[in-house]
Formats: sequence, C-alpha cells, structure tokens
Amino acid sequence: MNILVLLRMIPDVVEELEISNDGKTLDREFLRLIPNETDDHALEEALLLKERHGGKVTVVAPDAPELDDVLFACLAKGADRAVKISGVEPVMGGRAAARLMAQVLTTAPGLLPADLILTGVQSTEDLDGLMAPILSHLLQLPYVDNVTQVTADGPGKTVTAVKEFPSAVRAEFDVQLPAVLGIQAAEKPPRYVPVAKVRAVMKSQHLESAAAPAGVEAGQLEILQMAKPEPAEHAEMLAGDPAQVAGKICEILAARGVL
Amino acid sequence: MGTETTLVSEAPCEITLENFLEFPEGRKVLSCIQCGLCAGTCPYGDVMDYPPRRIIAMLRAGMLEKVFHSESLLNCVACYACMAKCPRDIRLTEVLLPLVKEEIFVHLPEVPPELQKALQNTLRYGNPMGESPRKRVAWTKTTDVPIPILGEMSRPVDVLWFVECYTSYHPRGQDNSRALAKIFNGLGIDFAILGNEEKCAGECARLVGEAGLFGTLQDYTMTLFRRYEGRFNRIVTSGAHAYDAFRYQYPALGFDYQVDHTMPFLFQHLEQLKPMLSRKLNYRVTYHDACCLGRHNGFYEEPRALLTAIPGVKLVEMTHNRINSICCGGGGGGMWLDTYYKAKGYERLSERRVKEAVATGADVLAISCPYEVSRFEDAAKVLGYDNKLVVRDISELLAEAMQS
Amino acid sequence: MSGSIWVLAEHWRGQLSESTYELLALGREIADGLGVELQAVLLGHGAADLAKGLGKANSVLSVDHSSLCEPVPEACAAALVQLIKERRPRSVLVPLTNISMGVGTLVSTAVKVPAANFCRDVRVVDGGLQATCVLYGGKIEATVTMGAECSILGIWPGARAAENGRSDVVPPVEPVTVSLPEAPRVRFKRYIEPEAGDVDITQQDTLVAVGRGMQGQANLALAEELAEVLGGAVCGSRPVIDQGWLPLSRQVGKSGVSVKPKLYLAAGISGAPEHVEGMKNAALIIAVNTDPRAPIFNVAHYGILADALEVLPALTEAVRGKKG
Repeated sequence: MNILVLLRMIPDVVEELEISNDGKTLDREFLRLIPNETDDHALEEALLLKERHGGKVTVVAPDAPELDDVLFACLAKGADRAVKISGVEPVMGGRAAARLMAQVLTTAPGLLPADLILTGVQSTEDLDGLMAPILSHLLQLPYVDNVTQVTADGPGKTVTAVKEFPSAVRAEFDVQLPAVLGIQAAEKPPRYVPVAKVRAVMKSQHLESAAAPAGVEAGQLEILQMAKPEPAEHAEMLAGDPAQVAGKICEILAARGVL
Repeated sequence: MGTETTLVSEAPCEITLENFLEFPEGRKVLSCIQCGLCAGTCPYGDVMDYPPRRIIAMLRAGMLEKVFHSESLLNCVACYACMAKCPRDIRLTEVLLPLVKEEIFVHLPEVPPELQKALQNTLRYGNPMGESPRKRVAWTKTTDVPIPILGEMSRPVDVLWFVECYTSYHPRGQDNSRALAKIFNGLGIDFAILGNEEKCAGECARLVGEAGLFGTLQDYTMTLFRRYEGRFNRIVTSGAHAYDAFRYQYPALGFDYQVDHTMPFLFQHLEQLKPMLSRKLNYRVTYHDACCLGRHNGFYEEPRALLTAIPGVKLVEMTHNRINSICCGGGGGGMWLDTYYKAKGYERLSERRVKEAVATGADVLAISCPYEVSRFEDAAKVLGYDNKLVVRDISELLAEAMQS
Repeated sequence: MSGSIWVLAEHWRGQLSESTYELLALGREIADGLGVELQAVLLGHGAADLAKGLGKANSVLSVDHSSLCEPVPEACAAALVQLIKERRPRSVLVPLTNISMGVGTLVSTAVKVPAANFCRDVRVVDGGLQATCVLYGGKIEATVTMGAECSILGIWPGARAAENGRSDVVPPVEPVTVSLPEAPRVRFKRYIEPEAGDVDITQQDTLVAVGRGMQGQANLALAEELAEVLGGAVCGSRPVIDQGWLPLSRQVGKSGVSVKPKLYLAAGISGAPEHVEGMKNAALIIAVNTDPRAPIFNVAHYGILADALEVLPALTEAVRGKKG
C-alpha cells in the first residue's frame, strides 16, 4: 500500500502567541512551530498500515523552521521518504495549504498515484476551511473525516475507515481507493522514537525536496483583525489557599443546592 | 564525612556492551559470585524477569540479547541499591545497567505514554512537564529576594545556581527554590542563575535508557557553560540528579567545574547558618536519604547535620536509612512510570516509604531531592496520611527557621 | 429563495442535534439583520418528519435520498452543492461537529465561495457578514469579513443557546430532489456502539472532570475521592482518555458525550473548544487551572487559579466537613 502522509507545522500554543503590529497576523518572530497533532496521528496510522500490509509511507510537508528534525524523526519512525516543499511562505488556512499540497502531489515526481492520502482531520489554523476535504476535491478523491482506524483486507480496492461520532459511537465506512482520510486519532498513540535513532537516520538518510509551485493563492477570506480573546464573560475568580478556596466553593455549592 | 564514604570511581565513558570486557570495569563483571544480593536488595527485584544477578549471568553466557526484549529494567529506578551492596564492587547502576537499559529502550514495543510524553517534552521544551521554556524564570517573580540572571550580568559571580526543572516549574518545587533564594541571600552567597536558557541536565533520560536525549541535553548544557566560561567559579544545584550527572557524566565532555549539591554546600556554611536559625520549629522530623545523594555520593550526615541545627527539630530515623534507604521510585524514569507500575499491580515505592515515615511518628518527612516532594505528598494523600505527615525539603525547613 | 440564510439541519439517529437549534438561533439573528429569510436544509432519507422541529426557519428545503440515509459528508455536500447552485443563498451555516465537520469545506470548495471556519459568532456589519473565528485552541480570535458574497460558515457548537432556536411553529416544507451518484465512493457499513457497563456520565448531577493538568493517572484518585463525596462521577477531556487514564465512555467533548450536570468541576482542563462543546451547558461550572489565560475560565462561572492537585483534596475535606 502506497501511503502519503501530509504534515504541517503549526504554532505551538505552549508558548504565548503574539499579534503583529498590523493587528491581523501572528507575530512569527518568537513563534515556535510544532507538527499538527492529528498529522502525527495520521503518520502513526500510516505506519501501522504499512506494518500490516507492506508498502511505502511518504511524508510531505511545507518547509518551516524545525521541520528537518521533524522529518528525520518521521523517517526514524519508519517512513520511507520525507519530502520537504521548499520555497513556501508561511501560509495560514486550509485552503492555501490544500492548493499547495495538491499542486506538489500532482507535479513532483513519484508521489502520485497513492492508495491513501492521510492527514490530520484539522489544524488549529484551518481558518478558511479544512485542508483534507479541499484537497480531496482538488484531487477528485473520496473523503472521510474524524477517522480513528483504517483497515484493509489485503490488496483491495477499498479500505474500511472507522469514523468517530458523538456519544462514543463509531461507524464503519467502505472507502474506495485512492482516498483522502482526515485522521482524528491513530489506533494507538504515536510511537516514540529514541533520539539516537533520529541522529543515526540524519547520517544515513536524506530529505527530498520539491519546489513549491508559483502562484498558490492565499485564501479568499479577508482578516480584519486578530486578537487574544479578552474574556467578556470571565469566571469569577476565587482567591486564597486551597482550604480557603474549598470553603468558598462549599458555600457556592450549598447556595445552589448541589450540596 | 561525605566523599570519604562514597562508592565512586571514574566511570569509563566509551564503554559499550560490545567492548565491555576490554575495560577493567567490564571485566569486573566476570568476578560476580552470583550471590544475588543485588536482586534481593532491589526494591523491584521481586517483579523483574531479569534482576541484575541474572543479567550478569546472561551476559557471561552470551545470552544478553534475550534481556533486550524484556521490559524488565523499566522497573529499575536507578536507586544504586544493588551497586551499594555488591560484595565485588560491580558498578551496576553506573555502568552495566544503563547500557542494558539503552538496548531495552530501543527494543520496547511501546514506550509507556506518560514516560513518552515526559521525554518528548524534555527534548522539545527542556523540561519534562512541557512548560514553556520562556517561563522557566517565572518563579523568580514570586520571591522577595532578587534572583540575578548570569546572562544579564556584566560581572562574574561565585556560584552558578543550576535550578533544574521541578524546582523551576512545579508549585511545590518552587517552594524549594524560594527557600534557597532566601538562604543564599542570608548567607551572602554571590550567585546567579541561567534563567530561561537553562534546560534539564538529562540524568533521568540516561538512566531510563534514552541515551540520545541525554547526549542532546548534555551537549546543550555544556555549550551553555562554555559560553559563560570565566563568569562563575562553581556550580551549585538542588537537583540531586543534575548533581549526579554533572559529577559523573559531564566530565566525559570536559566538564571540570566544581559542583555541589545544595545539601553539602549548605553544610559547608553550617557555622555561618546556625546563628540565623533563630526560629524554633517543634517538628519531629524523619529524613529520607535520596539515592543519588546518599548511596551514590555518601552524603548521609550532611543533611542530618543541617536538620539538627534547626532549633526544636527532633530527628528520628526510619527503619531503612542511609545505605538501606528505600527509593522514592522516581529515579531512572520512574517519575513517569507510575501509571505503568500501577497497571502492572506493583506497589508504589513512594507509598512504601511514606508508611515507614509515618511509623516513626514523625510529623515531617524531610527530603533533599526535588522529585520527592510531589511523590511523597501524593503517596501520603493516597494512603490518607496527609493530615499526619507533611513533606518538606530541608531547604524549606531551614528557610522557615530563619527569622525574616 | 435567493439571498436567504441557510442552516444545515443536522440530525443523527432520528433526532435533530443541539447544534441545529443553535445554528437556527444564530441564523435567525443574521437573517433578521439582513432582512432576508432563514431556511433550513434537511438532508436525509425518511427523515422529512424532522422538519416540524425547524420552525425557527421561515421554510424548510427537504431532500430525501437513499444516499443520505446516514451522514456521509460527500453525499451531504453533493446535495447541498446542487441546491446552492440552483438557489444562490446568501450564506450557509454548517455545524462543526463530528457529524458534519467536512461538509462546509467540501461545499465551499465545490461552489468556489469563501468559507470561514471555527466561527463562534457571526454578525451583520454594514450589510456584510463578520465572523469571529477561534484559532490556536482558543488562544487567538480572528475577525473575518465575507462582504456581500455567498459564503459558507462553519460554526462551533455553543455559538448561541439552543433554546433560542426552538419553536412550536411548524414551518412550510418544500420537498426538493437532487441527483446523487448511484455508486457512492464512500459507503456506510455499520455503527459500533460503545462498550456498555460503565457509568453513564450524561446521567450524573455532578461531574468532576479531569484534564492533562492532573499530571498522571495516579492523581485521578484525588478526583475520584471528590466525586464520591459529592455523589457524582469522574469524567475527562480527550488527552486524558487518550492516555488511557479513563475509559472512552468517560470522555466529554466533541468526540465524547455532551453533559449537562448541575455541577461541572473542571480540574486541570485548559478548555479547548472541543472540550467546551461537551460541557458548556452545565448549570454550574467551576474550573481549577494554573494558567490564568486558560480558555476554560471563559466558560466557567467560578475559577480558581491553582494546582488542581492541591485544590481537589482540600475541597474533598471541606465537603466532608460540611456534610458532617
């Protein structure tokens, strides 16, 4: 099974995010980037599929600070190829990302055809739409989202994708291949790869590079402003040491009839 | 006191399992008499498929490969008990076990999630909790004492205080740092910290078998020390594990600074400290010997001397003390394996220890390693002893005894 | 009707979802603000009866097709695309739930109109629409404008109170036919029900919810203890469930269940939108977190800036004392 995993680096919210002076964009100077969490799950699911059915896993990602380390880690985990899309401006939004991915997948040699294209179900930057469904439309491929498991019965023309619904209910879908799947969570948490293994891979393997196509337009949305939400309805804060706070909560609970 | 009783000699640094027998330390393993003291003294020896004795037997029989595919040594909390008891002085915790753990770690089908998160966080953020590296100094805003940052100073200082992670981020660890700041200030120590540039020293990564992560952190910290070459005379840390790493592992990279753990460091200042300890603390205190400080470095009496210098403190001993101390369970990655141990149905070592502490009738369990506060407090809560026993770092007790 | 506001009437397993009512409430505001009609679009198979719950809309477009029996995003999108092309609505509101998540994006791409995702609010400003979108796990909000063009708006649950979207009025229904592929590329097979036997957290009056801030599974004992004295149960956010600290049946939020207890005590939960979705309707929300900017404090009634590991035992003690 030939699987492409699309990975994006997104702002790490462990760090405080700041807005640029224009009031419309993130200040990228102190921004740290991290792989989109669900993309990491997409890679894990791809690796599990490869382990079960054989094939190749190729990771494709737009260039970004700290991306090389991430891609080497992908190789160390078991991906066969890692392709960096070079010459990209940092783009926010699913639409531009999807257009970029679609163009690279169709023009860079050796990426398509693939049986499956897996990526995270969403990223926190998908302001103008989710990347996976846009990509599926651009490539004219079937699409299922919120996927938590993919199973294939040998080298068939379909896979079974398990999708999460509310109330802990899940559903199985038959999906014709090739397809784009938005992964919510892999069957098991993404694996750990020892640092020494990543270092070894840095010496023995290399990252491939594909040039970003010219003229990938940004999204159509006009951003008027970005701001850190100043909570309009902020919680009433209870101060004091744990015992004092506990006392206050008890009073509130008693007043509300919870106690 | 202190170093005379230590178990240490310089550990060979390029030793691997392949060239093991080319080194004197490796050949020493051949002298193992298979007495089983190591397995018997190991706090998790009863649940290990391959306790140290068997590992040596497997090594000698050329069957070590088998051990690599067991999870056995995830139960090794790197407490130095086996090494301390070995009649042949085989340096198990220092040399053989880390090498075997490295192999086991690489072969693990799945790294327990809690541990995985801690390791990923340490690599990415320089601390296992995954806190922002830019907030490492946030605690300094919560103390009355100015905490100078070396990179912002134009003059050199005497002491570079390596704060470490739990003592920077964990609310109870910060209590320890605030207390130390007060004590250093009182003693007139000329000190500075590295601030947000500091990252985990990495000892636990090494002792859980994640040698590559340890190497990465080591390289980072050494580069940092080099950048500030000549700007400090010595290093003091309250991190018992950081101390251990600096003392035994970093020298292989050319680390040649004088390094002290805060306990022996404060002990050196005891005469100056004594008159400042004017507030009487009527506590019945029992002291838990941290593995790195006690068994590995022989600092048994310094912490006790500090405690008994506090007016009103009555020191009582647990059944297992000094060389026989039972590990809190946090070493060698155990800090992030509680869920794993629980799932296997093992008793948490911190609970075993807290039961002993309570049995002494003490109302304070004094500690000297930053891992222990949260571990023992948690164990006390789980066992329902939290109204009987409080856990305090010795530095906290000293600071409390200082009239402000 | 050209220029009207549409709401995708999401339904699942025979019931209109809460999100549908929330979107109707929001859509009503927007339609009134623009002076246009609000229409609900009901896509399904044998579900036409649900139209009577959509009275907040001026009318309902009802599509019945065997491919729409279960919510397959592709099929829903294909049906919507045909309707939009024929009727040119002003804007379409689609809920961002696990059921409908990809639909809005698929439609906007196919019809080539802008989409605004993650909207927590949409307002009419100078005859155009402005949406407030939640980015980066709630750390940043972007205000975007769609001008006067047709647009697709992906709306987070909780944008409006569901109560404001209910109505006793039975709306006029217009049956519409669409043509969908005979052999769909994505075919529904079956539902997998959650394993039974565990506590049903939707039936609890009190929930102690735990998040990553609890630091380790062992600490869950503190939450269990508090839940016990309060006579409730422990639930958790997705990271906690993913770690295996609690079974899936205890998960609150987007992928878990929605709960409405009398008391929801969030311990060490940051309050990502995916979680807030499942608990925002609790009667009383008390949040304990060490991060003053944690979004949970925006939804909580009372907040405590502290380590949950310290507050929970203190509260357990206090409740015990109160009960005597």
